[in-house]
Amino acid sequence: MVEPDGRPDRDGAELRVVGTSLPKVDAVAKVTGRTKFADDLFLPRMLHCKMLRSTEAHAKIVSIDTSRAEAMEGVVDVLVGEDLPIPYGILPVSQDEHALCLDRVRFVGDPVAAVAAVDEETAFDAMHRIEVEYEPLEPVASVEDALDAEDPELHLYGDGHNVHKAVALEFGDVDAALSEADLVQEDVLFYEGNTHLPMEQHAALADWTPEEKLTLWTSSQTPHYVHRALAKVLEMKPAKIRVIATPNGGGFGGKSDPFNHEIVVAELARRTGRPVKIALTREEVFYCHRGRHPVLMWVKSGFRKDGSITGMHFRSFLDGGAYGSYGVATTYYTGALQTVTYPVPAYKFEGLRAFTNKPPCGPKRGHGTPQPRFALEVHLDKVAARLGLDPARMRLDHLVEPQSVTANYLKIGSMGLGRCIETVVEESGWEGKFGRLPDGRGIGLACGSYISGAGLPIYWNNMPHSGVQLKLDRGGGVTVFCGSTDIGQGSDSVLAYVVAEVLGVDPFEIEVVTADTSLTPVDLGSYSSRVTLMTGNAALQAAERARELLVKAVGEEWGVPGNRIGFGEGRVFDVEDPVRAIEFAEAVVLAEAAFGTIGTVGSYTPPKSPGRYKGAGVGPTPAYSYAAAAVEVTVDRETGETRVDEVWIAHDIGKAINPVLAIGQVEGSVYMGMGEALMEEMTYRADRGVVHRHPSLLEYKSPTTHEMCPVHTYLIEDPDPEGPFGAKEVGQGPLLPIPPAIVNAVHDAVGARIDAIPLTPERVLAALDRGAAGEEAREGPGAPPEFAWPEPVRVPPPWAGGDGRAVDDPRHIGAGGVRESAREPEGAAP
Amino acid sequence: MMRLPRFAYRVPDSVEKAVAMKAEADPEARYVAGGTDLYPNMKRRHQRPPELIALHGIEALRGIEEDAGGGLTIGATTTLTEIAEDEGVGRDYPALAETMRLISTPILQNMGTIGGNLLLDTRCNYYDQPEGWRKSIDYCMKHEGEICWVAPASPRCWAVQSADSVPLLIAMGAEVDLVGPEGDRRVPVGALYRDDGIVYLKKQRDELLTRIHLPAPNGWRASYRKVRRRGAFDFPVLGVGAWVRLADDGTVVDARLVLGGVGSAPEAVEGAAEALSGSRLESEAVKAAAEAAWKAGRPLDNTDFTLSWRKRMIRPTVKRALGDLADERR
Amino acid sequence: MPGHEKSLPSGEAVQWRLRVNGEDAVVSAPVHKTLLEVLREDLRLTGTKHGCELGECGTCTVLVDGEPILSCLTVPAALQGREITTVEGMETADGLHPLQRAFAELGAAQCGYCTPGFLLAAMALLDGDADPDRGRIVEALGGNLCRCTGYLKIYEAVELAAARMRGEDAEPSEEVLYGGA
Repeated sequence: MVEPDGRPDRDGAELRVVGTSLPKVDAVAKVTGRTKFADDLFLPRMLHCKMLRSTEAHAKIVSIDTSRAEAMEGVVDVLVGEDLPIPYGILPVSQDEHALCLDRVRFVGDPVAAVAAVDEETAFDAMHRIEVEYEPLEPVASVEDALDAEDPELHLYGDGHNVHKAVALEFGDVDAALSEADLVQEDVLFYEGNTHLPMEQHAALADWTPEEKLTLWTSSQTPHYVHRALAKVLEMKPAKIRVIATPNGGGFGGKSDPFNHEIVVAELARRTGRPVKIALTREEVFYCHRGRHPVLMWVKSGFRKDGSITGMHFRSFLDGGAYGSYGVATTYYTGALQTVTYPVPAYKFEGLRAFTNKPPCGPKRGHGTPQPRFALEVHLDKVAARLGLDPARMRLDHLVEPQSVTANYLKIGSMGLGRCIETVVEESGWEGKFGRLPDGRGIGLACGSYISGAGLPIYWNNMPHSGVQLKLDRGGGVTVFCGSTDIGQGSDSVLAYVVAEVLGVDPFEIEVVTADTSLTPVDLGSYSSRVTLMTGNAALQAAERARELLVKAVGEEWGVPGNRIGFGEGRVFDVEDPVRAIEFAEAVVLAEAAFGTIGTVGSYTPPKSPGRYKGAGVGPTPAYSYAAAAVEVTVDRETGETRVDEVWIAHDIGKAINPVLAIGQVEGSVYMGMGEALMEEMTYRADRGVVHRHPSLLEYKSPTTHEMCPVHTYLIEDPDPEGPFGAKEVGQGPLLPIPPAIVNAVHDAVGARIDAIPLTPERVLAALDRGAAGEEAREGPGAPPEFAWPEPVRVPPPWAGGDGRAVDDPRHIGAGGVRESAREPEGAAP
Repeated sequence: MMRLPRFAYRVPDSVEKAVAMKAEADPEARYVAGGTDLYPNMKRRHQRPPELIALHGIEALRGIEEDAGGGLTIGATTTLTEIAEDEGVGRDYPALAETMRLISTPILQNMGTIGGNLLLDTRCNYYDQPEGWRKSIDYCMKHEGEICWVAPASPRCWAVQSADSVPLLIAMGAEVDLVGPEGDRRVPVGALYRDDGIVYLKKQRDELLTRIHLPAPNGWRASYRKVRRRGAFDFPVLGVGAWVRLADDGTVVDARLVLGGVGSAPEAVEGAAEALSGSRLESEAVKAAAEAAWKAGRPLDNTDFTLSWRKRMIRPTVKRALGDLADERR
Repeated sequence: MPGHEKSLPSGEAVQWRLRVNGEDAVVSAPVHKTLLEVLREDLRLTGTKHGCELGECGTCTVLVDGEPILSCLTVPAALQGREITTVEGMETADGLHPLQRAFAELGAAQCGYCTPGFLLAAMALLDGDADPDRGRIVEALGGNLCRCTGYLKIYEAVELAAARMRGEDAEPSEEVLYGGA
């Protein structure tokens, strides 16, 4: 029936498309090589760009001589920093990047000049003829270095000497909670940095039109933010800039910032009046980075004998690299989601992000949460052992309630973690394996949770996060327009499936137009696992509005009430007399005749979060996904090598729009988590002035087919009212349990506690050696650095009568209810 | 896109012509076969030969045939895949077939040649890097720079011998033919290498490696074990070639162990024969051989993994390589 | 094969006759231009992708006489008279190659960037082994990196395609399409 607000109620109606494993709508293009990635584009008179990059980790630029490059046959233009003097950055609070370095370079790979030439070979040769004179500065190699007042500062903003951000939040009295505990556990753990390594190297093509407009095709996950950055740096009206995100050959968060090379080719196109393309080399992709922050973590928690948590104090130290990127958000994220799985009645978080002379870190799959999740799940494994509890049972006994609010004011909706744990325990044969496998073999379990889209946008505004326009053609064609970007996760397909479900048409007949700032309404981008939920909801709304028009038109034509009009298999029919049916196109004709051109819109804005304190912007989401994994490993005591033998993973997805694609996201997450746990690391040599150890696909160890193991995936469906058809995220969350489950399994196998990943053979042997010498069989970091943390923002938790505001907030309860302002909340983020 | 620098290119159809072309070419000219080692180095601008003498047009360099003495002769441009799939190799030299499958990836095995693998450039974390990276460390001794960053006080380069076929072929007692402007010579594989990361070959500049000779497969067994991070792509951070000659009663009468991936040249383990002779590869003898190998292998910090771990892996890897020899099919 | 006893000069364009996907293609390119560059830039066969151009990822895989090779480390001068197959050459008059169909059905192509390389490596595998077991597939695809899928859907797609190419009426299993339990 049609409800008063016009939304058709399809409860109980059979879904035709949603929930079915279908190919992606662009699958044939992808398997035939016809998908056009950015570097596959060629335009007449196109120039090729190369960027000269710093060979110094930290230096002042004394001079740049481009004359020899400019004199070369075939060179059309050369740019240096002063040609693009306006700074930019993804977060409004960290506008600290320049397209080309102005007066200082901050890492080996920071770009200083750019050449446009008739072909790439000429551009490459010309680039090498540019001479840069540097005055070296002491490079900052680590968080410890950064905090050392003797070392030079990278930037003149932030929260202290080379401290980009320092935060402190306290929800309830943690000291009191720890003193009430039966057991207090303190751990220091380290999660090494790593990078996305999409197989497609970033590329961009800029074109300057005779109308003095700019078009940029780019492998970006966030065309909307690139659009904003271009308008700012090029000082152009946004209306004269068109950004088209080409299908991304993998993203994983690595193509979410506006990048210097995008701005450079845009400016070169404007100056030369010709199309200009750049395709980065693999080395340059490592320098773009924005990957997983290396994070040192200290955690101290109190537990009761039954394994419940009394309170938790968590500290994180992030090595941020040379620029801000998403770092403020990342810092908050390392403290945000500790509370959403197991109840934490009192919680204190302190985190800092330091500037160092390395490529900037940013958001990688799980953005800032895999590191603390690793720490927390290993911490719990140790506590279970100390308390003599089964680690699966201990977790099951203490789960956050659905429809509840956490100590840090995160609103929990559906919560399927219990079913996830039960499923992997059952399917893996956990009971018969944990503590019972022969020496050298072990099983470990861990959980995780992630957001289905950030609750707040990156820049403060009150507009929707996602918009969809729908056009119905009198020939029966349906076109969906949306700013979302398909990075391989299948977001174009989700749009088609949702619209097809509502309108009863074939999803493969729907035309999907996405990621074009001139043609499509804004969607914030493919990050924070937001797309299925947010664009799905926007598409659902647009489709329902279109359906309503068709219902009215057909109902009037047939003289039957709207609730008798059904849609399916490309036809519109009378549900009480299904023989009476017309083609979908005929219904559109009736509607167009009645109402004029049929176009509808839908948009989505996430619900407001109850948190009202400074920092509350990071962590909220319309719906949290949950996952649990059991992992079996074999550890070679002689070599220290660990092999992951089998993985069982259950993911609470709410509702799988397309199960086979959801499973693909789970398997890809398991793969990436395993790579991070075992071998991937983005590390640097400090002996030669801080250089990346190995900016190559050969030496950055991405697991091959040989390292991947069988994975059993279980999709746990408990539809969440916030998601389209109940759907929650699946692209990132399943990564989270994998690293701690592997580390916990290694403990089960050989009794060694590895508190640092990647879990290398060297680390395993170091722990085993200590065990053999009668010490604790542990390998991990020592005490974290000293730091004078700021006074925490104190926020009483909900159960202590809190209202989500800090105690010193004048609007806090008791201070009189003041209307909320539209002030930009700090840490609004992905 | 990483592109090749410019070069002139010649395609001779005989060994004689190839050698003559090479002798008259620029001293920096190079032979090229599979190109899987040379072209990446050229793209990174380590090596910029002005001219390449391509070997793919020389039929005589390709193929596998039995020789009069019951051994096998392999043409230098025979691909690793062709060797791995060769029936005779699989039957009589299974360790060689397996080793071919351990080199890089199946696709690169289709391209890479056995001659190219034997002559593989030495590798190093400070050398196998892009141009800008190397400039940022002021280059290194192996190319354009002054210092070996692996051992800055050292007067020599410590880049690492990294070809998997080498330890095995040396252990097996294989030989190679070299054809140069001054004539032909046949030398044991082990005599090809010099313990220096830069001038790592004893082959003369214009000499062409044409054939590899394997000894007749009677009365001995061989094996190769490789240590690396991943099951594909990666070069060895340690390779152990093992070989034993057995008496009819199964007693070891002679043995050789050769380490790869730990120095600029392959390292033949002194004392291996002594440790293993007279044994039937019982654990005491194997332990003694592993000990001798452990003493011989001196890795430095210039590949994947820490040098101490690579050193520590010598003993278990030797044990495993010798353990493989218990299989009589080898 | 005839030798070029005369030196092909450095940097100067030479006319190459290449046999690509069953058709003759004549291109003019200097000798140092790799097959990858010639395919993409001169023939605009951009289905062949690139991930490192150094032989470290397998993305640019094409077939030469049916065997997978890396187009980034091959020059046209070494391919005269050889049969080159790119992803654009996989489709037949009957439509998609069974591998392409299976990759599409199972979501084995996520971002699709490594896909052409995997498809061609898999095609060569099935050409030589109609019924490879999982271990053989793992081995044969060991030279191709994928960052999206964790390889599992690719294995399943190869197995599905192999079964169909053997004439079996194969469909993906319930677990492959919908997960366990």
